[in-house]
Amino acid sequence: MMQAAADMPVWAAIAVAFFLLVGSGLALIGAIGFLRLPTFYERIHAPTLGTSWGIGGVMLASMIFFTVSSGRLVFHEILIGIFVTVTTPITFMLLARAALHRDRAEGNGNVPDKQNKSQIAKGVSDESESWN
Amino acid sequence: MSAIILFSAVSLAQLMLAAAMAIASVRMFRGPRAQDRIIGLDTLYINAMLLLVTFGIGTGRVIYFEAALVMGMLGFVATVALAKFLMRGEVIE
Repeated sequence: MMQAAADMPVWAAIAVAFFLLVGSGLALIGAIGFLRLPTFYERIHAPTLGTSWGIGGVMLASMIFFTVSSGRLVFHEILIGIFVTVTTPITFMLLARAALHRDRAEGNGNVPDKQNKSQIAKGVSDESESWN
Repeated sequence: MSAIILFSAVSLAQLMLAAAMAIASVRMFRGPRAQDRIIGLDTLYINAMLLLVTFGIGTGRVIYFEAALVMGMLGFVATVALAKFLMRGEVIE
C-alpha cells in the first residue's frame, strides 16, 4: 500500500479520502438513525442512506484509487453500485409489505386498512361518472 | 504526503464502518419484531461489503472487490427469502 500510495499525486489522494469519508460517514449516520427512530415504518428509511450515497462514495473512492495507481481505467466497482442500487428498493418494499401484512393480521398499530374490491370499483365508477 | 492522507482516511473510514456494523447488530439482537431483525441483517451485510472495499483500498489488492460482489449478491437473495417467509410463511410455494 505504501508504495502505491506514495506514488500517487496529492489531488488524487485528497479525492479518494473525501469520497471515502463521505461514504462511510453516511453509512454510519444511516445506522444511527436505524437504531434511534421509534417505529418500524420510520426505521426502514434510515439504512437507505448507506445504500445510496454510502455505496456510491466508497465505490467512487475505490475507482479513483485503482485508476490512478494502476495507470489504466478501472471501473468494475460500478457493478456493485448498480447491483445494490437496483436490489435495495426490492428488498425494502418486500419487507414493508410483509410488515404491513403482519400488522394487519394481528390488528395492532394504526396501519391503514386494506382497500377491498368494492371500494375500488366504487371509486372507479365515481370517477367515470364525474368524467361524464 | 499522499500516503499520510490515504492512511488516515482509510483508518477513519474503517472505524466508522465498524461502528455502523456494531450499531446494526445491536438492532438485530434487540429489535422488537422479526422485520427489524431482518433489516438489521441487511444493514450489517451492506456495511461489511463497504468495509471489504475499504480494506481493498488500504491494501491495494483487487481480491477484496470480488469478495464484496459475492457478499452483495448472497445478501440480496437471503433478505428476499426472509421477507418472503415473513409474508407467506414459506419460501417456495
